[in-house]
Amino acid sequence: MATVIIPTPLRKFAGNASKIAAEGSTVLEAIQHISAQYPDLHKQLFDDAGELRSFLRIYKGDTDIRTLDSSATSVSAETIISIVPAIAGGTL
Amino acid sequence: MSEITFSNAELARYSRHLIIPEFNIEGQRKLKAAKVLVVGTGGLGAPLLQYLTAAGVGTIGVLDFDVVDVSNLQRQVLFTVADVGKSKVQAAVERLQAQNPNVHFVQHNVRLTSDNALEIIAQYDLVADGTDNFPTRYLVNDACVLLGKPNVYASIFRFEGQASVFNYRDQTGELGPNYRDLFPEPPPAGLVPSCAEGGVIGVLPGILGSIQANEVIKVISGVGETLSGRLFLLDAATFETRTLRVVREASNPLTGTHPTQTSLIDYDQFCSVPSNEDAVYLQEITPLELASWRNLKVDFQLIDVREEHEYEIANLGGELIPLATVAANADRIALDKKVVVHCKGGKRSAEAIQLLEKQFGFRNLYNLKGGILAFADQVDATLAKY
Repeated sequence: MATVIIPTPLRKFAGNASKIAAEGSTVLEAIQHISAQYPDLHKQLFDDAGELRSFLRIYKGDTDIRTLDSSATSVSAETIISIVPAIAGGTL
Repeated sequence: MSEITFSNAELARYSRHLIIPEFNIEGQRKLKAAKVLVVGTGGLGAPLLQYLTAAGVGTIGVLDFDVVDVSNLQRQVLFTVADVGKSKVQAAVERLQAQNPNVHFVQHNVRLTSDNALEIIAQYDLVADGTDNFPTRYLVNDACVLLGKPNVYASIFRFEGQASVFNYRDQTGELGPNYRDLFPEPPPAGLVPSCAEGGVIGVLPGILGSIQANEVIKVISGVGETLSGRLFLLDAATFETRTLRVVREASNPLTGTHPTQTSLIDYDQFCSVPSNEDAVYLQEITPLELASWRNLKVDFQLIDVREEHEYEIANLGGELIPLATVAANADRIALDKKVVVHCKGGKRSAEAIQLLEKQFGFRNLYNLKGGILAFADQVDATLAKY
């Protein structure tokens, strides 16, 4: 199973977990798998049309999946998937 | 660069730089010739300004519009108790000038806006962004791109930090990515919590601001490899670090294949910050009115949309429904009487009311103006302020 690293701002929607093991053979399947376990997290990650939200960056290892096969990028048991949100620090 | 000279006192001061073989007096000359603008004198700005001052950057612009507040002292280590209430820029420059009299400081006691950003940033070689909100992040980025200035970036949230170098042209002339390549658009207001809700561990801006200072020195001196094209991530809670690759995007409106943006825009609108016009329709109640409702035994419901740990610090006895769970708990909110909604300062409760009005048709909601902090100021001085 791939490992998804949950960034600080989203942890409260994922039972305060910092890492979650995810089933699936693509980035999208892995993220769908973890968001099925945490419905509140699902709302943060996917828009109403079911697409991954555009202000989040998703990385496979150190590479942005936009430069690979986007959400269809393949993952293996050793893959680390990072969700990187925009953070501004201080007040919004 | 050889026209830049140093007094013996300066040579003694900077000797630990001069004896680094690849840095030497040439690196120090570049620092002395450089003009750096530091935007924000807060948690990131404090170590950034102190290290750039100590390192001997020739001209440092210090920009902030705020005054020192007692809640800043937990992380903004430039300031002391005696500075509370003073202009941040003035307090910072007084301290920094004493630290290194050789540095020329320029005070910008203003808020950076689309009207003044180009004029101010044009006076500098590079910008270090230590701001605390999305509109200013995009403003600094866009102004730097339009003017061709490198933007040394760091950002923090709770235990998490990010750093990078944007819009940096390397020695071969290759232009690196900018903030819009990494984050084409900001999160919608309310979806990702702001730091005012989330807080930040005081040491974290110290770490990230120091990394920023190091990147500024590398950009100026040309020594080492900058974070251009890379995003550094630190989770200070677990001490896991990652460095991810950032690439230029063809769709970037400023530097993509078909640029569509050639000037600065309205960044509050871009980041969906509610304008005053939106707020006109919000029913409000002042802390004094709330106190009189209580005294007169008016039948109303009080809802607190802060987080549980905030409730523990201080509360008004309201029902706790954190903002993120308001929609799921809409059935707990009365329809048949007045309902006062409050948070710490009034922003989150306004968001909650807008959501409840829009999605569920509530018309009986009142926002407590200034939140529990204003209530503590105006009605109940025994409440803890945080």
